[in-house]
Amino acid sequence: MDRKRIQWNTRTKILVYMVLALIYLAGILVWGLLMDPEAYAVDYSVKFLPPGAGHLFGTDFMGRDMLLRCVKGLSTSIVIGVIASVVSSFIALAAGVAAAVVGGKLDSFVNWCVDLCMGMPHLVLLLLISFMLGRGMKGVMVGVALTHWPELTRIVRAEVLQIRSEQYVQAAYRLGKSRMQVAREHILPHVLPVYLIGVILLFPHAIMHEASITFLGFGLSAEEPAIGVILSESMKHIATGKWWLALFPGIMLLAAIMLFDRIGEDLKRLWNPDSGNE
Amino acid sequence: MGRCAVSMQLEARHISYRYGKDRPWILRDVDLTVRAGERVALVGPSGYGKSTLAKILAGYIQPEEGEVLWDGRPLPKKGSCPVQMISQHPEKAVDPRWKMARIVNEGWQVDGQTLQDMGIEREWLKRWPSELSGGELQRFCIARVLGPGTKFLICDEISTMLDVITQAQIWQKVLEAAKKGHLGMIVVTHNMALAEKVCEKIIELPALTAR
Repeated sequence: MDRKRIQWNTRTKILVYMVLALIYLAGILVWGLLMDPEAYAVDYSVKFLPPGAGHLFGTDFMGRDMLLRCVKGLSTSIVIGVIASVVSSFIALAAGVAAAVVGGKLDSFVNWCVDLCMGMPHLVLLLLISFMLGRGMKGVMVGVALTHWPELTRIVRAEVLQIRSEQYVQAAYRLGKSRMQVAREHILPHVLPVYLIGVILLFPHAIMHEASITFLGFGLSAEEPAIGVILSESMKHIATGKWWLALFPGIMLLAAIMLFDRIGEDLKRLWNPDSGNE
Repeated sequence: MGRCAVSMQLEARHISYRYGKDRPWILRDVDLTVRAGERVALVGPSGYGKSTLAKILAGYIQPEEGEVLWDGRPLPKKGSCPVQMISQHPEKAVDPRWKMARIVNEGWQVDGQTLQDMGIEREWLKRWPSELSGGELQRFCIARVLGPGTKFLICDEISTMLDVITQAQIWQKVLEAAKKGHLGMIVVTHNMALAEKVCEKIIELPALTAR
């Protein structure tokens, strides 16, 4: 890793890229969380301003600054995404490992639950849960958290099952390793990267779904700045040529999702022994 | 194959095995006794249960009926096993996330003499398994199981995927190591010529009528 001659290998490039992406996402999160609601207050004297020096992303039908609303909305989305994927991944880890290790009836039951959740359109399930809990922040969060675990559960279960029957794991037992040692030295290092990548790749899903149900009117309420709310409002005005209301929030949402996705894919490459040393 | 009074021997008693309750028997009532220092070949066509028997004898899988005894006692479930197996696929028998130095020392601290005997170059120790060939990996797998606790080797087609020259080299080294440690050996192979060359006794697995 010779920084002076700018001959970075893939590993360094990926690391630099990941740090930049993380700074962007963390910046939006912190900016949004610390933002004073007065900053994007209603001001009818400046409604429907196109993007310009005063308002980079323009203003909406109530004269609110779109840039600040976007940042605030996206930071809410990121919080929901993080909490939802942490909860989902815990469910997935517990269910997946238990299914693979205990087997039998429990395994069938977990598989049945996974099939049940995956057999239903994801968004419908999400809507039902959110609606049942009275919409708002709580409804969205519980809804997103409870519907994102099935895929990851499958992955974790398959990984644990596969590695348990690997020849080198069997050989390790015969060479005198204990169950704990094998779990720590062979199984965990194999499952953990797959699991962590799964968690990171859950973020974009969770954020997307939060925005979707809010857009459809079953999520966060209209006065809260959320990307979904902003996008659904913009639909009313896009026909009259107010393009900036949809374009910039859309781009920011897309950018956040693609960055998370890219971080996940990069980690996959770094942790994979076949591509980690390029 | 009656039971001998000699203490150090690997003994299989009435071994039966099948893959699943409603599947046909792969092995039915197999008896086998091999003394320490003795070399026996197991031959037979594909699908006759040679590899399955090898795995049972090394304790990788438990027989449905019967038992495997070493020195008159069942194989230990915990700790280093006196009966070790070398498999047909060395690339599957090593953890792809470990470097060779860690892999070869998993069971015991391999000494320089063993590495030299096996023809392992120092430089290979720093590599990942994906950076070595099958024959090179197989040497590591053999060195790995030659620890002081090992009394018996089960070689399950260990040279099938190698070219003839490497095969000859590997067998020469395995036989040297076996002589040095007075190890008993069971050699699973398709190759009659190899069986005759390497072993003192050849056992053919019978076909099961149920198949």
